[in-house]
Amino acid sequence: MSILAPPFLQHAFLAGTAIAAACGLAGFFLVLRAQVFTGDALSHVAFTGALAALAAGIDLRLGLFVTTIAVAVGLGVLGTRGRADDVVIGNVFAWVLGIGVFFLTIYTTSRSSSNGTAGISVLFGSIFGLSSGQAVTAAAIGAGIVVVVAAISRPLLFASLDEGVAAARGVPVRALGIGFLAAVGATAAEATQAVGALLLLGLLAAPAATALLLTARPYLGLAISACLAVAEMWAGLGLAFAAPALPPSFAIIAVAAAAYLAVFAGSRLRRRTGSRAVAPATS
Amino acid sequence: MTGAGFSWNLLTDIREMWSFPFMVNAFRAGAIVAVVAGVMGWFMVLRRQSFAGHTLALAAFPGAAGATLIGISAAYGYFGCCMAAAVVIALATRHRGSAGSRATESALTGVVQAVTLACGLLFVALYRGFLNGTTALLFGSFLGITAGQVVLLAGAGLVVLAAAAVAGRPLLFASVDPGVARAQGIPVGALSAGFLVLLGAAVAETAQITGALLVFALLVMPAATAQRLTLRPLASLVLTAVIGWLVTWAGLFAAFYSPYPIGFYVTSFAFAAYLAAQLAAAARGRARRSPALAGAGVPA
Repeated sequence: MSILAPPFLQHAFLAGTAIAAACGLAGFFLVLRAQVFTGDALSHVAFTGALAALAAGIDLRLGLFVTTIAVAVGLGVLGTRGRADDVVIGNVFAWVLGIGVFFLTIYTTSRSSSNGTAGISVLFGSIFGLSSGQAVTAAAIGAGIVVVVAAISRPLLFASLDEGVAAARGVPVRALGIGFLAAVGATAAEATQAVGALLLLGLLAAPAATALLLTARPYLGLAISACLAVAEMWAGLGLAFAAPALPPSFAIIAVAAAAYLAVFAGSRLRRRTGSRAVAPATS
Repeated sequence: MTGAGFSWNLLTDIREMWSFPFMVNAFRAGAIVAVVAGVMGWFMVLRRQSFAGHTLALAAFPGAAGATLIGISAAYGYFGCCMAAAVVIALATRHRGSAGSRATESALTGVVQAVTLACGLLFVALYRGFLNGTTALLFGSFLGITAGQVVLLAGAGLVVLAAAAVAGRPLLFASVDPGVARAQGIPVGALSAGFLVLLGAAVAETAQITGALLVFALLVMPAATAQRLTLRPLASLVLTAVIGWLVTWAGLFAAFYSPYPIGFYVTSFAFAAYLAAQLAAAARGRARRSPALAGAGVPA
């Protein structure tokens, strides 16, 4: 990165770093708590929120954050102990997506001045299109999410690993679960601006899953997850800048998935060679 | 979509709608995919595999986009990509039930989903200029379904339903109580992999009408509604197919006479049915509990 890099790339790096760090931290707990499907639902809800805001003619980010956080809290309240049943999640978000299509139609048909690509860029992101103001806001919000998740990480970790014991020790398990989902909602709204509503699940799940394969120690895993997410974001942005045919969202997800695949294959291989080494001793 | 205009005489409306051959095809195709998606979705809801089902559905997007990119029939892309995704998920989640496997399984499914969608985006970007087509791939379109397509859908749907009928009883057993089923000698692992592949075929079929993002509505909503209404397997399976069929036709009807897309209507009707079933179940539970308490004085 030289100082001569074009402004759009500087904006992308600024916003991308904060977004990736937030996704890495929130995603780690999401995977640990086996709530990736909730993250998936929230990311799709982000699409509806953004399109509702566009159809109403207000700031897209307002719609994003209000919708995702509201649905996140709603799912948390509906479920027991701040976790919703996957059939309930499925029904709610399938319907919310349907409403999103409704707003998409309203937006594309009623506003003659609208650009037809707005729906597509909400779905797949446009990180190279961020203005400097948007990038600074995104970075600030991302930093805020990182601080919040880091602040609640100790009790949340306890509640995620052993819910019963944590509840017995007076940890407010339900409130934590709901608060955590609200943070995930904010992360989803934030990441929609970078990689889009459809792809942000990769940024939530892949670095966290990679970190969990690499270490069993929770705090180390949390740190690895955040660092991996940021590194993958940088590599993806660099790749997309070097090869303009690749959309940046694709490059970021491809790098994240490749890292996960490599570590996954490595752990399988190690387990196999490990068990082969053990086999002669036992037989 | 507007015909000559909506009137409150529904029979006239239907006759008018069905005077367009493409609408007749749309109703036929809609009925086929609603039944197939409903039946496979019923098992999916029972097995708590909504996330896997949703991920398979999204694989339809890169399938169709990739097929367009290399210039082959979209049907190959749909079936190839969805079933390939099913095989990947089935292989990667073979070891269900071990400690922490639920977390890894859901993470892996999430990564598979992100990769398939990213590939779809890449194919669209490489192809350039089928932006309107992209929305149709994601959210569906009931226009321009040909008679040949209906025949293909019917054929593939029959294969899926026949396989589900053959494997139905052991699959039900393995879904409800995998431990006992394994002890009885039922190949639980093979059944669960086979189920995912069948689900892949069903969503590939459904996605051609509803679009990749809204397949999930037909998979999960009718099944969840029916399972809320009755506990008997066969009755709720039939009810699932009927609900799916009804909401799809109602959605087609509403979409024909209004400017809004079919996906919005189908998901809204199906969600309304689900809510009604939830309320009915809650009311029935309360009604059953209170007389029992009042009459016998025993806690229910």
